[in-house]
Amino acid sequence: MSTTPPMVAQSGGRDDVPAATDSTDGSIPTNPTSHDRKGTWLAAVFLAPALLLLLVMVLYPIVFSLVRSLYDAPGSSFLGFGNYVSLFTDGNTLTALKNNVIWMVVAPTLVTALGLMFAVLTERISWVTVFKTLVFMPMAVSFLASGVIFRLVYDEEPDRGLANAMLVAVHDTFAPSSSYPGGRPGDPDAFPAADDGTITSAESVSTGSTVPIPLLAVSPDDVPAVATVAEEATEPGSDSAISGTVWLDFTLGGGGEPDVVDETEKGLPGMEVEAVQDGKVVGSTTTSANGTFTVSGLAPGDYELRLPAANFAAPFNGVTWLGPNLITPAIIAAYIWIYAGFAMVLIAAGMAAIPRDALEAARMDGATEWQVFRRVTMPLLAPVLVVVFVTLVINVLKVFDLVFIIAPGSVQPDANVLALQMWKVSFGGGQDQGLGSAIGVFLLLLVIPAMVFNIRRFKKEQ
Amino acid sequence: MATIAPERPAAPAPAEATTTTGAPRRNMASKVVAAVGRPLVQVMLALIALFWLVPTFGLLVASLRPESDNASSGWWKVFTAPSQLTLDNYQTLLENNDIVQSFTNTVLITVPSTLLVIIIGSMASYALAWMEFPFRDWIFIAAIGMLVVPIQVALIPIASLFGDIGIFGSIVGVVLFHVAFGLPFAIFLLRNFFAGIPRDLLEAARMDGASEWYIFTRVIIPLGLPAIASLGIFQFLWVWNDLLVALIFTGPDSQPLTVYLASQTRQFGSSIDLLASGSFISLIVPLVVFFSFQRFFVQGVMAGSVK
Repeated sequence: MSTTPPMVAQSGGRDDVPAATDSTDGSIPTNPTSHDRKGTWLAAVFLAPALLLLLVMVLYPIVFSLVRSLYDAPGSSFLGFGNYVSLFTDGNTLTALKNNVIWMVVAPTLVTALGLMFAVLTERISWVTVFKTLVFMPMAVSFLASGVIFRLVYDEEPDRGLANAMLVAVHDTFAPSSSYPGGRPGDPDAFPAADDGTITSAESVSTGSTVPIPLLAVSPDDVPAVATVAEEATEPGSDSAISGTVWLDFTLGGGGEPDVVDETEKGLPGMEVEAVQDGKVVGSTTTSANGTFTVSGLAPGDYELRLPAANFAAPFNGVTWLGPNLITPAIIAAYIWIYAGFAMVLIAAGMAAIPRDALEAARMDGATEWQVFRRVTMPLLAPVLVVVFVTLVINVLKVFDLVFIIAPGSVQPDANVLALQMWKVSFGGGQDQGLGSAIGVFLLLLVIPAMVFNIRRFKKEQ
Repeated sequence: MATIAPERPAAPAPAEATTTTGAPRRNMASKVVAAVGRPLVQVMLALIALFWLVPTFGLLVASLRPESDNASSGWWKVFTAPSQLTLDNYQTLLENNDIVQSFTNTVLITVPSTLLVIIIGSMASYALAWMEFPFRDWIFIAAIGMLVVPIQVALIPIASLFGDIGIFGSIVGVVLFHVAFGLPFAIFLLRNFFAGIPRDLLEAARMDGASEWYIFTRVIIPLGLPAIASLGIFQFLWVWNDLLVALIFTGPDSQPLTVYLASQTRQFGSSIDLLASGSFISLIVPLVVFFSFQRFFVQGVMAGSVK
């Protein structure tokens, strides 16, 4: 810019004689003088390290990968577009591609929507800063740490994994879990069990009689602490009731007699017992601490006694988050947890930039808050939303660490994504750098629209 | 990401992103609506905030429980059995040479990567903003284009290049990679900020006969500090948190904490104590940085969440 005599061009330490005629701004080249050669030389010094690194580490690799992707695994024979064909045909790579599509559609949409929701809602609270800080915090943390955090959350055992613990708690609130999972009849001839676990008397039982119902295969852990030693039920003493005992027909250390209530055997309290006539439940009760029960209020006659399957159903233990079916949604949920704050902050900044006049004018005209949001805020916010969405799409395209950490080795093939597959085929055992390069180039091709978008945006700003 | 770029990325304006939104602004009718909706919104947001806090809190608590307790019950059991809490896991961690070594490596990788990006990036940005030379704008546009280049396209070529020159598996290699891929963002961020420095200041310095180097170090750098801080924090966190690059370019002696811990996730169930405490160590540094420099970090993210 400054027109300086062409002397002393060297070293940062020379004097720069001020310009007499300078009037240009930073971006307009001045007439070519000898000074420019000096200026160019100096600029080259300032730029050299950056240019060198970018050329060697970014540009050259792109060219190298383009070429390498056309060769086979050892790099010796030319394949043409063979590797790119594998991208769409090779089983694992195709799974990765499909998962990437799911990721790119689902994750950015949900993150942007959630970010928008948070940005709008936080306008109404006084502790905005606390909220935003909390939600934004995961952005500062590594995917590795987040991955470990969510491996803990997704632990399948409800005693350990938070997700399943909550799911089970909610489930059991609405559908209490059974008391004796796995229990089956001790005397299957008299009390056969159906496939679903329901135990029904083989012969009908008359009112006024007493029925022993021995059970086996109940885990001692499932026998509640209140259970006492089982007792034989007393006769109902009326012909409108049936009594009996449900007990665990198993003596610790052996020695008990089958189908007999032995001295140390425990009753099974809380067991539901139904009396059924013509397929309809006409009476029911639950067993007491010593296992005895009395179904009363029955019309004299013959009934089937039934222990419904609910007594024996396996308890609800949550879902297998880290299994092949749910793994991708589970990892996407972790991603949303990480990135919602990012979307929120950007969108909130965009909202703060909306001129208040526009909002006030709309309200003056009688628009409801929803109308203001829908007709004024949203259109003005659209560019920001697009930017957030595009940013997330590009980010999601390259997701690697989260999948690598959260998906256990055995389900990694089901959770595969392109960035992970790229690492696997070229470094993590595959050693097919031809296919690896093709995946790299493919990812590069996918971001080219964003590249163009950025450059055009920059040019517009100039 | 490049895409975000508010005009002058690190200029004061976007700073309040996390700290304020506009003051309440509504008329009577909407005040009524707000008054009714507010408690509901409060509760909802409180639940959401909890949802965002609890997983990390769980990691912290798990890291403070003995392995046997973690294996048999969830971390929330400490609320009924606070005696489970112990610093033993951290004690073990300090005695674990692999952890200590990999933590040191993380520092040895992160600090130079951050400093070099700042130095090399500022120099280039100064030239691109205030010096005259052929193809200047083209170079800048190329740098912007490189913002979104996925590192996947460079992994294989650089691995073989590093192999050829003998720095594969060394800290030098990882640092070079991080610096190179940090540069487009550095140039994008700093060049725009530097270009916004008042021309008069530079002209005055030049008038006084100051050299370009003097102007760069005494005028540009001090005035550009806010943007440099954003860049520095962003790069620091990116490198500190990186797994993929280090996974490929480091060896057993040079691997950072992330790579070491990732290798332990293969036996997740049996190494929860190590993983929880190790992850917490690797997470605490970014969190401290985040809370200390929140404003700059948010600016950096807003200017470019590129990677």
